[in-house]
Amino acid sequence: MKKIISKIHLADHDIEQFIGLQLRFGVLLSSFIVLMGGILYLMQSGSMPLPHYQLFIGQKAGLTTGREIWHSVTGMEAKGIIQFGVIVLIATPILRILFSLIGFIFEKDRLYIGITMVVLSVMMISIFGGLKV
Amino acid sequence: MTILTFTLLLLAGAYLAGLVGSLTGLGGGVVLIPLLTLVFHVDIRYAIGAALLASIANSSGAASAYVKEGITNIRLGMFLEIATTVGAVVGAVIAVFTPTNTIAILFGSILLFSAGMTLRKKNQEALPVGSATANKLKLNSSYPTKAGEVSYHLKNVGAGFSIMTVAGIFSGLLGIGSGALKVLAMDSTMHIPFKVSTTTSNFMIGVTAAASAVVYLQRGYMDACIAFPVVLGVLAGAFTGSKLLSRIDARVLKYIFCTAIAFVAIEMIYNGYNHKF
Repeated sequence: MKKIISKIHLADHDIEQFIGLQLRFGVLLSSFIVLMGGILYLMQSGSMPLPHYQLFIGQKAGLTTGREIWHSVTGMEAKGIIQFGVIVLIATPILRILFSLIGFIFEKDRLYIGITMVVLSVMMISIFGGLKV
Repeated sequence: MTILTFTLLLLAGAYLAGLVGSLTGLGGGVVLIPLLTLVFHVDIRYAIGAALLASIANSSGAASAYVKEGITNIRLGMFLEIATTVGAVVGAVIAVFTPTNTIAILFGSILLFSAGMTLRKKNQEALPVGSATANKLKLNSSYPTKAGEVSYHLKNVGAGFSIMTVAGIFSGLLGIGSGALKVLAMDSTMHIPFKVSTTTSNFMIGVTAAASAVVYLQRGYMDACIAFPVVLGVLAGAFTGSKLLSRIDARVLKYIFCTAIAFVAIEMIYNGYNHKF
């Protein structure tokens, strides 16, 4: 019994270490991309007057779908690069759920495989469910 | 104002927001929304988008340290994330039908509540016996302290789960982490020791914010040129805050900031009431 407990603990600990690293890496990577895009943006249009942020334009401003953003990144457009960094940032905790799922599969913890799948499904509904109205 | 001046000012503001957010434990988003709307006169929808990003950056950055120390209860976090993500998606959907002035008033009220929560007495006691549900869901665990590993048990799982759903809805509606509500659910209701409840709450904020952030991104709430100084500024501020926190006594600062935040909250409610958003 004691051996089993320590084994579970070890696996838990490994996953914790890995998730910690993954979160840190995600944040660092996204801030690097955002910084690069931001510098490019300031070099190109830093001296221009400010857009009217008191008015909300929303989707008409573009860069709201994966395709638009990717198109803009490959075209080396500053705003697209920043938005790509934003996507990496949002993806960081979502990836974390995926890694937790893998961890629970390794531990053969059926209950938590199920729970994690529920959280992941909610996330997928949010991404692909067309909830933007 | 040129884009360059705006970016630099916002960078400095976001740095302060991250610093205050991490010193008070309220999170960066809570300071960021009033800053963007009241000072920079940015539409509250852009402010919500930016605050969500700040919450994700903050949560992931801080969680990476706490998770490694083994304080965070990952199973508990995952279980409660069902409640917060469902809530966040619901909140993001309701947001479209909610007038911006109402959102401002709600935000101010949550801000007042959060400031009050920060100042209350914290639960340090670990519960020796938990409820049957907590056992079944394997939510009881242990955490490292100076005196060695301390094991704790939970109760009122159902009530905690319900408060978490409400926390998720507010998070999706207002773009904040709702850390105060999350701690209320874990700390006061489920009787989890303070250190575990704050780190686990922080761990969950990233996922909760991401659940509504994807909806807001598709709606065009995330403006790249606001996101850029906000993300970098808040991250740097939160990092400084976490370094400062271990060196200074933050209690006095906490009182000062919470009083200041209460005034900001009243201003948000007042402006919302007078239809200024």
